[in-house]
Amino acid sequence: MIVLEVRSLRVHFAVAKRTFAGVSNSLRAVDNVSFSILPGETVGLVGESGCGKTTLGRTVVKLLKPTSGQILFEGEDISTWGAKKLRQTRRRLQMIFQDPYGSLNPRMRVESIVGEALDIHRLTPKPDLRRRRIESLLNDVGLDPSTANKYPHQFSGGQRQRIGIARALAVEPALIVCDEPVSALDVSIQAQIINLLQDLQRDRGIAYLFIAHDLAVVEHISQRILVMYLGRIVESGEAERICREPKHPYTQALISAVPSLDHDSRRKRIILPGDVPSPLNPPSGCHFHPRCPIAEPKCRTEAPALREIQPGHHVACHLV
Amino acid sequence: MGEALLQIDNLTLEFGRGTSALRALDRVSLSVAPGEVVCLVGESGSGKSVTALSIARLLPTPPANYRSGRILLEGQDTLKMTPSQLRTIRGGKVSYVFQEPGMSLNPVLTVGYQIKESLKLHQPASATNNEVARLLKLVGISSPETRIRNYPHEISGGMQQRAMIAMALASRPKLLIADEPTTALDATIQAQIIGLLRDLQRDLGMAILLITHNLGIVSDFADRVAVMYSGQIVETSNARDLLRHPLHPYTRALLDSVPKLGAQANRLTAIPGTIPRIGEPPPGCRFHPRCAISIPECSREPPAIDEVLANRSVRCPRWLRDSRARQPQSTDPL
Repeated sequence: MIVLEVRSLRVHFAVAKRTFAGVSNSLRAVDNVSFSILPGETVGLVGESGCGKTTLGRTVVKLLKPTSGQILFEGEDISTWGAKKLRQTRRRLQMIFQDPYGSLNPRMRVESIVGEALDIHRLTPKPDLRRRRIESLLNDVGLDPSTANKYPHQFSGGQRQRIGIARALAVEPALIVCDEPVSALDVSIQAQIINLLQDLQRDRGIAYLFIAHDLAVVEHISQRILVMYLGRIVESGEAERICREPKHPYTQALISAVPSLDHDSRRKRIILPGDVPSPLNPPSGCHFHPRCPIAEPKCRTEAPALREIQPGHHVACHLV
Repeated sequence: MGEALLQIDNLTLEFGRGTSALRALDRVSLSVAPGEVVCLVGESGSGKSVTALSIARLLPTPPANYRSGRILLEGQDTLKMTPSQLRTIRGGKVSYVFQEPGMSLNPVLTVGYQIKESLKLHQPASATNNEVARLLKLVGISSPETRIRNYPHEISGGMQQRAMIAMALASRPKLLIADEPTTALDATIQAQIIGLLRDLQRDLGMAILLITHNLGIVSDFADRVAVMYSGQIVETSNARDLLRHPLHPYTRALLDSVPKLGAQANRLTAIPGTIPRIGEPPPGCRFHPRCAISIPECSREPPAIDEVLANRSVRCPRWLRDSRARQPQSTDPL
């Protein structure tokens, strides 16, 4: 069974009404996005800041309300559910955040941070069972169980991210949305956390929606990749194929912008001109056309649909 | 290396005094030749930014305390300079570009005004709007005449960083120190800024000291690399050899822990443990508790940094044991 299926999801934010000509008063952070995740699979979501990847992740776990579209989690459409009805489902649907400093309550001990979820869902009513469960969770994420009485500030960034992972694992989720879980960490620590996430997936069959801006990290951890630009998915497919034979000009530029460690292959970079446009006033037609090296007149007027060009490989570009 | 533009010799720097002093830099030596691009690489807390800031004496004293060493800028020791001498150096011979362009620019002054300010101090004769526009054009900002009147919040992060670079270039510096200049920027914008720095370095012939944690930038950009760990330089080398045959186990582990595009590896080689806290380095080699190949010697004596191959230095007991006479191919004790 598919863990998560998102159909034609839109998330619009109302912004202050200052309707200059051409400026709409709603920001389309997520604009008609569809994808699915299988059990035990990692789907990577890449894009630059402002492309809507975090909004998409938060909407999937219903921290934000979708404007339209469906979110089918384990077969049920949770897109219109209220908080009460969601509570049981949330057990199966967890999130890990980017900032290991901001996402843990500084006044709670590790034991309460991890144990809170157990209490809410009444998973371990007996105190000694609760304590043992917390200790085994801390052990699973590579923390010393004797640290359960410490506060978050007594840990390093990488250790805090482990606490966040333990908190998400406590309720035995089927899907964890990981929003830039390693981008605040040093490279050596980043590798530790990526390995930990992969080990946990292998042992427990958890699916991940892995949101990041670093394409090399996303390729490493994901089976499939979605590339997002200004609220729309511009390319999706198997991770290896996307990184080896990217079809969309934006994906191509993104891949060529990843600095290579091989000193001899100072590759010819595709350096995109200009900045990421404001999502408040996105360009007409294909959102990417003002920065696209191969744009044609058609791209200015007509938004390309996401088409399947090979089995499982979708691209939204008129010229592919 | 006779004519170094910048020569740091055995710089030791502490924060605080007496028994509670925390040693942030421990006998750091580093040199930059005119027109050379040197990358200083390390993780957070390794001391790379402190090294960068100490060059033009930008760290307030106290709490910073320069314990020993020299910082020679064209032969003059900045540690012995008077405040007025330092003012001519800062933003003059040496310019800085920092990580967060949004935090480095003054939000209530226009971009043009802030660049002109730098010109007034260092090139008073050319403190004109034309010169400001020329600088903005030099860093790739289109329609500079209108950008001069923009406030920082009106332009994007990439453009703010370009404006910062324009400001740094105003005094025609001999050394540009860029402290993580692209870390806060998106991938495609990062590629733009690195390309710009490379072009400027080639066209203007200035030297660049680039501080980064991103080894990918090193391969793209650097002539020479110095790797820092826990307040010490542990390896210096030319960029190409460092990336191909890292000598220090830390450098090697760092290279291995970076996911590489297209290298479908199943598992990353992580470095266990964390960086030692500042002021609490382990005895002996500071990396030994995390090192995969450490031997008992490593925890006994702090190793010195030593030139084990031509123009390549490393601080590792395993190299020092019997290194000198060997050839590069067979030398690798690791």
